[in-house]
Amino acid sequence: MKSVEDWYRHDRMPHIFCTGCGNGTVINCTLEAVMQMGWDIDNTIFISGIGCSSRSPGYITTDSLHTTHGRALAFATGVKLAKPEFDVVVFTGDGDLSAIGGNHFIHACRRNINMTVICMNNMIYGMTGGQGSPCTPAGAISTTTPYGATEPVFDLARLAEASGANYSARWTAYHVKELTKAIKVGMEIPGFSFIEAMTQCPTSYGRRNKLRTTTSMLEYMRDNAVLLNKAKRMEAEGRELSPGRFTVGEFVKRFRPALGVVKDEE
Amino acid sequence: MLQIMEGSHAVAEAVKLSRPQVVSAYPITPQTHIVERLAEIVADGELDADYICVESEFSALSSCLGASAAGSRVYSATTSQGLAFMAEVVFNVAGMRLPIVMTIANRSLGAPLSIWNDQQDSLFLRDSGWMQLYAEDAQEAMDLHFIAYKAAENHEVLLPAFVCFDGFILTHTFEPVDIPKQEEIDAYLPAFNPYQRLDAKDPISFGMYATPDYYQEFRYEINAAMTRAKKVLREAGAEFGEMFGRDYSGLVEEYRLDDADTAIVAMGSVCGTIKDAVDEMRDDGKKVGLLKLRSFRPFPYEDVRTALAGVSNVAVLEKNINIGSRMLGAVGLEVKDAVYKNGTPVYSYVGGLGGRDIRRKDVKMITEWAETGRNDCFFGLREEVL
Repeated sequence: MKSVEDWYRHDRMPHIFCTGCGNGTVINCTLEAVMQMGWDIDNTIFISGIGCSSRSPGYITTDSLHTTHGRALAFATGVKLAKPEFDVVVFTGDGDLSAIGGNHFIHACRRNINMTVICMNNMIYGMTGGQGSPCTPAGAISTTTPYGATEPVFDLARLAEASGANYSARWTAYHVKELTKAIKVGMEIPGFSFIEAMTQCPTSYGRRNKLRTTTSMLEYMRDNAVLLNKAKRMEAEGRELSPGRFTVGEFVKRFRPALGVVKDEE
Repeated sequence: MLQIMEGSHAVAEAVKLSRPQVVSAYPITPQTHIVERLAEIVADGELDADYICVESEFSALSSCLGASAAGSRVYSATTSQGLAFMAEVVFNVAGMRLPIVMTIANRSLGAPLSIWNDQQDSLFLRDSGWMQLYAEDAQEAMDLHFIAYKAAENHEVLLPAFVCFDGFILTHTFEPVDIPKQEEIDAYLPAFNPYQRLDAKDPISFGMYATPDYYQEFRYEINAAMTRAKKVLREAGAEFGEMFGRDYSGLVEEYRLDDADTAIVAMGSVCGTIKDAVDEMRDDGKKVGLLKLRSFRPFPYEDVRTALAGVSNVAVLEKNINIGSRMLGAVGLEVKDAVYKNGTPVYSYVGGLGGRDIRRKDVKMITEWAETGRNDCFFGLREEVL
């Protein structure tokens, strides 16, 4: 294997992602991390639920399992138990993972099952046309919140940490190098690794929220991302993050006993 | 006055006019336009309701159940996988005798994943205790919501109802619809008068354990209510006709069936195509007609038997498959039972699954198949990919 190109199913192109979508960037970062890990196409499986993010495995040349909405982690648990020697990666989205699949998410973290979960958080239900999700920021316009979302959002990276995952990090589709590195670290660590990739959806999110272009959405992620250490310093000084800003970085890295880890044969 | 409107928006207008107090839903294609429009309607203050976009279909119907048990008129909409995910609550709602109305934007069930139309999703909940009404066009989809609420909330019935209309074919197409005035609907459909509800001053319990001494009687009562629902639906449809000029007193509708030798039986939007095909076949001298089923639950077997009394062959066009049964389709099974005493041959012809178009030539083909006694089978099957 010399290039991420070898991991793509070129016969499935063109893909269904809209112009300016950030999902391709996240897939590329993932495959770059897979390459650096030296994983084998025949020994890697990509699993997903429903939504834009969940179309990703269909474009990758390994085995894949496209499952029902929110339940990718439950299916992945079965795959990992039956084939612990497989490297398992789950692609999911904010709606898939934290709304309809929230229950499976916290329990997969709690069991700390050995897999890497990459959540493309575009802050909206993109596939169905832009309804508000549990990650739609307060005040943001969606088709179900025509005058602005009012419900508080989930902090997915912290949720993973609190639920027991061995690794949790958040970056964005703007932070390509950091995101790739975080995914690779997640893959190296035994146990449940969660990487939240904030990603732009100009079609269903941006155009209703004065972020119509891809660049404006990327700039939004660049300008509103606050490094975790900086946020901690601010907190110590009694300063709060202004609304709309979010933290990025590594939230937890630990080595609790994990489920589904293949022990080295002596 | 007629207005050109998307089918989903017509349904949203019907929901608005029905004045539900709680609307709870989760987005799923092709239902989304209904609940998006309702979000706007509620946000703009056109409907005084609590609207919540919950975290799953399971939560959507569960919160509707709670709101209904608390004495509110409630509404939800879903389809396919969402309905399958709701299934546990679907049975609970009927068992608790809560008159919830839910729109089903009919779509096929996975796997493989398909977002396109057939009627497998609502039909698989045949035995859940929900009424199932099927609309041919946007106007009928709209009107059936008023009738569904009226019949469901009738104390002789107290059963929930699906109003089913075909995903994309009806949800996403624009048709002229006549929208009733609010005061007219208020006169037709008065405020919800719950038979019983959660009230701390007069406590009752919903959904408690029924031991073997009691459970069977609950199921008996649900079935008895569904049987009574036929009369209530007919009356509600007749009253609607008197007030609005569109008569829904029949649970079935005949089209050029009077002297027909062959009858085609179907539900939903495909009936429009079948009517065109029937006209063409009639022009060619063929005695053929359509029997459209508006209600599948309750199943109007008396009406079906009467309507099909004079025909020699029955072709049931099925947008579902009754896997493992001798009769290929779920509708055909019921029709065959209805005409059993007459001895009329009834065939299930399955097609249009997962959004495959059904064309006039397909309708003509299955008519010929029925005339020549061809047994149950699929039509439009692509043999080359099997």
